[in-house]
Amino acid sequence: MKFKLLMIILLLNFSLVNGEEKKVDQNTIHKNLRCLVCQGQSIADSNSDFAQTIKLVVKDLINDGKTEREIYAFMADKYGDWIVFKPQVNKQNFILWFLPYLALVLGGVIIFFLFKRRRN
Amino acid sequence: MGLNKDTNYKTNFLTGKKISNISLEYFDENKFYKEEDLKRNNYTLINFWASWCLPCRQEHSLLIQLSKEKNLKLLGVNFKDKKKQAEMFLNELGNPYDFLTKDELGKSSVKFGIFGIPESILVNKDLMILKKFVGPLSTEDYDSIVEIIN
Repeated sequence: MKFKLLMIILLLNFSLVNGEEKKVDQNTIHKNLRCLVCQGQSIADSNSDFAQTIKLVVKDLINDGKTEREIYAFMADKYGDWIVFKPQVNKQNFILWFLPYLALVLGGVIIFFLFKRRRN
Repeated sequence: MGLNKDTNYKTNFLTGKKISNISLEYFDENKFYKEEDLKRNNYTLINFWASWCLPCRQEHSLLIQLSKEKNLKLLGVNFKDKKKQAEMFLNELGNPYDFLTKDELGKSSVKFGIFGIPESILVNKDLMILKKFVGPLSTEDYDSIVEIIN
């Protein structure tokens, strides 16, 4: 009985967490989209005509059930990666994404071998 | 490498892409201009304009000239405008458009990657973008359009 109750609580908790994850936050999307006609402003920060239109389109896309990722992909398809502050990984920018991790791993390996040599 | 990169927004990447899921409401009717309609034309120049846009006046004479080209259809998209003002604009300067549609809220234009007007997009019957013109058309743009369609 206790086990069943625990399972139900776990399942409920899991679905709640998943539900939270699926919820698309309009403001987060606005903050991650660049206003193309402004100087370094996001769609969220700008009151320009362009920003107003993009906000309307984002709202429509959310109502259509699109995910945050799909909305960024749609905008990047129409305006290029430049419109997204945090661009998706692609052929052109994958080095930029993975170079820091590669440097970190390489640094770790170098430090490891330096320590090893010192001990010997 | 990255520091030398031009950070100005460019629309070149749209060339060669296909436009899809378009639905533009006709200016005078409660009907929609769709992809199937575009496919009937060999070449279409989609022009986004408004009566309140001063550079649109500047390019209008070139649009009138382009409307005489047999291999090209002009699709006008009246962008965030008032109907009366738009009609006055066309009565005064002439109507170069074979098809006239409207985008009252500007939402349909986002599907074309429009971020300001005037902008024009030259597409072929496969709905492929051949060229995008940001700002008013120049005589050089006019020449390049004529060269592409002939």
